Amino acid sequence: MSKKLLVLMSIFLVVVILFTGCTSPADDTSGEPEDTTEGTKDTGEKKILRTNNSSEPGSLDPPLAQGTHESWILTNVFEGLMTYDENGEMVYGMAEDYEVSEDGLTYTFTIRDGVTWTNGDPVTAHDFEFSWKRALDPELAADYAHQLYYIKGGEAYNSGEGSRDDVGVTALDDKTLEVTLESPTAYFAELTAFYTYFPVNKNVVESNPDWAKNAETHVSNGPFKLVEWKHNDQILIEKNEDYYNADKIKLDGVDFDILEDQNTAWQKYSGGEYDLLVDVPTSVVYQLQQQENPELRIGEQVGTYYYNVNPDVKPFNNVKIRKALSMALDRETIVTDITQGGQIPAEGVVPLGLKDENGNDFRDGVGNLIEYDPEGAKALLDEGLAEEGMTLEEFNNNGYVLLYNTSESHKKIAQAAQEMWRTALGIEIGLENVEFQVKLDREKSGDYDISRAGWIGDYMDPMTILDLWWSESAFNDVNYNNPEYDALILESKSTNDQNIRMENMRQAERMLMEDMPVISVYFYTQPYVQKPNVEGIYKVPIRYPGITYADITE
Amino acid sequence: MTKYLLKRLVMVVITIWIVITITFALMHSVPGNPFATENKNIPPIVYENLLKKYGLDKPYSEQYVMYLKNIIRGDFGDSMKSDTETVNEMIGRGFPVSARLGVQALLIALIFGPALGAIAALFQNKGPDYIAMIISIIGVSVPSFLLGAFLIQFIASNIEWIPIGGWGEFRHTILPSFALALMPLAQTARLMRSSMLEILGQDYIKTARSKGISKTAVIIKHAVRNAILPIVSILGTTVSNLLVGSFVIEKIFGIPGLGMFFTTSVFNRDYTLIMGVTVFYAIILVTALLVVDIAYMLVDPRIRLTKEGR
Repeated sequence: MSKKLLVLMSIFLVVVILFTGCTSPADDTSGEPEDTTEGTKDTGEKKILRTNNSSEPGSLDPPLAQGTHESWILTNVFEGLMTYDENGEMVYGMAEDYEVSEDGLTYTFTIRDGVTWTNGDPVTAHDFEFSWKRALDPELAADYAHQLYYIKGGEAYNSGEGSRDDVGVTALDDKTLEVTLESPTAYFAELTAFYTYFPVNKNVVESNPDWAKNAETHVSNGPFKLVEWKHNDQILIEKNEDYYNADKIKLDGVDFDILEDQNTAWQKYSGGEYDLLVDVPTSVVYQLQQQENPELRIGEQVGTYYYNVNPDVKPFNNVKIRKALSMALDRETIVTDITQGGQIPAEGVVPLGLKDENGNDFRDGVGNLIEYDPEGAKALLDEGLAEEGMTLEEFNNNGYVLLYNTSESHKKIAQAAQEMWRTALGIEIGLENVEFQVKLDREKSGDYDISRAGWIGDYMDPMTILDLWWSESAFNDVNYNNPEYDALILESKSTNDQNIRMENMRQAERMLMEDMPVISVYFYTQPYVQKPNVEGIYKVPIRYPGITYADITE
Repeated sequence: MTKYLLKRLVMVVITIWIVITITFALMHSVPGNPFATENKNIPPIVYENLLKKYGLDKPYSEQYVMYLKNIIRGDFGDSMKSDTETVNEMIGRGFPVSARLGVQALLIALIFGPALGAIAALFQNKGPDYIAMIISIIGVSVPSFLLGAFLIQFIASNIEWIPIGGWGEFRHTILPSFALALMPLAQTARLMRSSMLEILGQDYIKTARSKGISKTAVIIKHAVRNAILPIVSILGTTVSNLLVGSFVIEKIFGIPGLGMFFTTSVFNRDYTLIMGVTVFYAIILVTALLVVDIAYMLVDPRIRLTKEGR
């Protein structure tokens, strides 16, 4: 071989080494993780639950969390004033008790005795005061700051108008936290279980702004603690022996992979490398359902899949047209033949699993507000078109389009809807897929005819969804504006009387379905799979499957 | 030579500046923002706060100048999707991972590709030629997501020692390296085959043979050496593409590399990360091209970079 070729090869190798070498600090950590991956699998006595977190968390600092990628980890390493027990019931967490004033505006929480941070500091009311004000700090710009707007002065401070000192949360002493609300909020205690309300250690955060960036300096107060965080690769948490309820925690730790590909994750689960997997490919869910595989669980979820109908586009301004579209949809077929993940055909906008004043499901009090009636739909469409002075040909020539964000399942549902509308109503609706960012943009600017949307609830109250359509809601993409609806929603938001609230919300939902600004399609579910030897996984509808009290038996 | 290098370096800087400017303009002209997610939207107050936090409330011209200033200091800024790592940290962490896979894939491609091509040329229109070309057609035409899924399904699921995905040990790198290598392997094989065929028909090969030099010696000393030149010319892009990783392969195999960021950053409208990875890739690419040009000159005496050489 020629010398010059050798020279060439060596130049390439040198360049390659230079490129890889000049950025090597991170290489050290990613280069030798054998001890951890293998270690956890081999130590037979330790109970480590292995699963997949599907995406890299943006931050493990509670107020900076953006969604489930963070919250699944956070809910295991932190704990709020209230929390969920092993049956998924709301119980006291960091608080041992709370009192509500007569007017429902002041909550006084007493902090549990002997609760500590993972660095040994006691958890105090001052930590909560600090954390909540920090989450509302406009400079921190927390994504979920609006979850704290219930607190007096919270919204003003977050918008930069009010001051930090005017926020209605004060630590009276180490053990007592007094919270003043803007208006009575029946579900406020429950909200404190949400991750934006989780406390952070005041001293740690003040002395080290980067505390949450790596496992060594991460301090939390929950049933588990963070021990290792390899970015885009793996997160390990370990039982917190100092947790007040440590006796009930059976796992020694949880090993979260960060693997984005659903199919690869499924291969790992079926190959026995995971004990639990939440994000299961749709085709697999269907297969498992057909086989009646006991490993498959259909978890409850508070979420609704719906279509926005643009009221500014003629003839969709006519309620009869919107209703006709809704009545022509065979939702049963959509969930059984298309989504195939145990979803429930929508009966309104409020999903199942939310309780009313008597502890029954809110839906039972309202009933099914959606009907499937292709013939009725056709008649309604004709009436509506006549009212708008439009013929069916004109309608079809206008080329209305159903807009959805690019995804295989949205596409299939849209195709089914298109076909159902064609057969039942004789109308042609085109399909258009765009990236979700583009879709959001077009919804905001009203540049759509019909668009796919979905909403996942944040708290266990029908308000979590009904709130979307009051006239000033930032999420009211269909510009629904009904003063009566607004009045019902605002009254429900300003009273603690559950009888009034629930009755109002029932009326509001009926009103909404009467006006039909949106066409709900189905209620979300969250299918997940767990190995037969895994026990004690519970599902709180607004959370990922709870693994805190899980156990692995032989 | 020094003069030539200086000139090239100035060109490199200008190229990168152009890349920055075009990327900046393009990404801000696309609808969307870094803070939206599929089933959630954030209220206006929070949105304003986020814009302020990342300096996106300022006019584009100001943002652009700010960005240029930072980049001169080597600072790519804060990722808008991560409060944990800066863009520099993300690249610093992801690149070694992707580069390691890339180097392994490159070695596989450069060892087997030319060999396959040479064999095909020597046995033109015979069995080995057909087999080699079938392999290379598969390599060029099978998309990597299919190949990746195939490897996981039939190899990783059946051989205990080979993991399905993840990162850490050498065995984690085997399947993704092969999946990455197949495309450049096929390309180099095809290039090698055609240039070998061309050279084998040249007069000097016949001359060498007629002088009584053994066939093996002729092939190694004259044919292979010359035939390899076209491969050198495609190495610049191949190497830089391999070094920065592949979105598809990294996603399928769960590899914490740089390749993922190229797609996810755009999807998330993570402006700083889009700029960071694009500029970084541009730097790698222009450097690799420069190195290839210099190397080409060293290998092929017919090419001279400066006038004095002619």
